[in-house]
Amino acid sequence: MIKIDNLHKKYGKNKILTGVDLEIPEKGIFAILGPNGSGKTTMIKSILGMVVPEKGDIFIDGQKTHSNGLYRKNIDYLPQIANFPGNLGVKELIKMIKDLRDTKADENALIQRFGLTPFLDKKLSNLSGGTKQKVNLVLTFMFDSQIIILDEPTTGLDPVALLNLKELIAEEKAKGKTILVTSHIMSFVEGIADEIVFLLEGKIYFKGSIQQLREKTNEVDLEHAIANILKENNA
Amino acid sequence: MLKILKYSFYDLIRSRWSYVYLLFYLILGFVLLFLNNDLSKAVITLMNVIIILVPLIGTIFGVMYYYNSKEFTELLLAQPIKRSSIFIGQYLGVALSLVMSLVIGLGLPFVLYGLFESSAIWDFSLLLITGAMLTMIFTALAFNIALYNENKIKGFSYAILLWLFLAVIYDGLFLLSLIIFETYPLDKFTLIATVFNPIDLSRILILLKLDISALLGYTGAIFNQFFGTSIGLFSALGMLLLWIILPVWNIKRKAQKKDF
Ligand SMILES: Nc1ncnc2c1ncn2[C@@H]1O[C@H](COP(=O)(O)OP(=O)(O)OP(=O)(O)O)[C@@H](O)[C@H]1O
Ligand SMILES: [Mg+2]
Repeated sequence: MIKIDNLHKKYGKNKILTGVDLEIPEKGIFAILGPNGSGKTTMIKSILGMVVPEKGDIFIDGQKTHSNGLYRKNIDYLPQIANFPGNLGVKELIKMIKDLRDTKADENALIQRFGLTPFLDKKLSNLSGGTKQKVNLVLTFMFDSQIIILDEPTTGLDPVALLNLKELIAEEKAKGKTILVTSHIMSFVEGIADEIVFLLEGKIYFKGSIQQLREKTNEVDLEHAIANILKENNA
Repeated sequence: MLKILKYSFYDLIRSRWSYVYLLFYLILGFVLLFLNNDLSKAVITLMNVIIILVPLIGTIFGVMYYYNSKEFTELLLAQPIKRSSIFIGQYLGVALSLVMSLVIGLGLPFVLYGLFESSAIWDFSLLLITGAMLTMIFTALAFNIALYNENKIKGFSYAILLWLFLAVIYDGLFLLSLIIFETYPLDKFTLIATVFNPIDLSRILILLKLDISALLGYTGAIFNQFFGTSIGLFSALGMLLLWIILPVWNIKRKAQKKDF
């Protein structure tokens, strides 16, 4: 379980998060929604300790996160932008991350699943965007941690890969994991999320099930419901 | 941290620039020995080259590596690894690979020339030690500059300016102030001014060891007079060590607070 307590974060004068309180349940898929620049990635990076918040605490399984970051061994994280050292090969990169984390990993099934075998010896700088994202996915899912955090996992994927990803997420959910995901693809979110939060202007605007959001906004589909919130807020 | 060091070190060993650097020192070593035909004379020429060039190379490699390994760093930051291990590991990877190029590149020609039978061996060793320390110092300073500047071009410019200042401008300003304040007793001022410049410190360290009073100059003479040769030697070494420790400590401190 992840608990966020009164989280504040600004970059310079730019206030991004102004008091976020959130409890993410132990099991199931939890989606974070919000417009571009609303601070989804910032929130995720705060959980991971990659961003240092001004104020607020983060607890994982009741334990306050330590600044040494060693608690990250229980978290598999997929970054929004797959930035890899360009001079490494795919196989080398996978090997390196395994060596650095020093835990049990199973990459072969994932390499098969995403059809990455032909690219194993290619340099990362020579891969297409979607292929890089597949490598990104392999690096995330090859470990078996209790918490999985996915920042825009669908970016650049073709329909086949997307289906694979959905299956993969469902399998992990069935293992009883905590899965945190952000996405702008509403159909994707609707298909997988048990609960959503909507981040707006530094705070949590809505938290609940998709059904509750529909009722609140009187819209049938999620895309319109979200658009509705945004319009209301601008008016 | 050792794992990070290993990966950074291998990464650099595979890069073309390490070999260019190594080759440069090999050639320099051979040419100096060929021209001077005398080990101890070559050591003095070498000192002048080392004191100016080693800081420059350390600075450039330091900033370049920091900015070029941004992706690697980002990847590491998401892993269960301490931030200090990431940055200190990378720093040591760069610094040690540079030190290795220096030691091999200069050591090889001199050893082939009969260094081990020569009396210049201690002078030469001190030269290498000083070179190694200057590498550690300037790589650390470069990492500091890069950590404070997101903008690559800015970071690069500041790093080069720092080198230019310490290697060239500092001495000029120092001489100028000696002329202007001619009538005041300047011993303390001179000592302090030297301590704040690792390049000057290195020069004095080597000249004290070589015991060439003619080359020691005003600063060196004061150093000599103030501490005596052996204490002067050790205090200069100690201060160079501080010049490594403080910037490295600040790398750790700054990295802890930074957002990625
Ligand atoms: N390292 C940084 N330094 C300064 N500002 C930053 C930094 N990272 C993010 N920001 C700013 O913080 C705001 C929130 O960014 P964040 O990446 O958290 O948004 P997001 O909700 O993930 O958006 P998106 O949907 O586009 O992924 C943006 O305005 C961004 O410009
Ligand atoms: Mg984002």
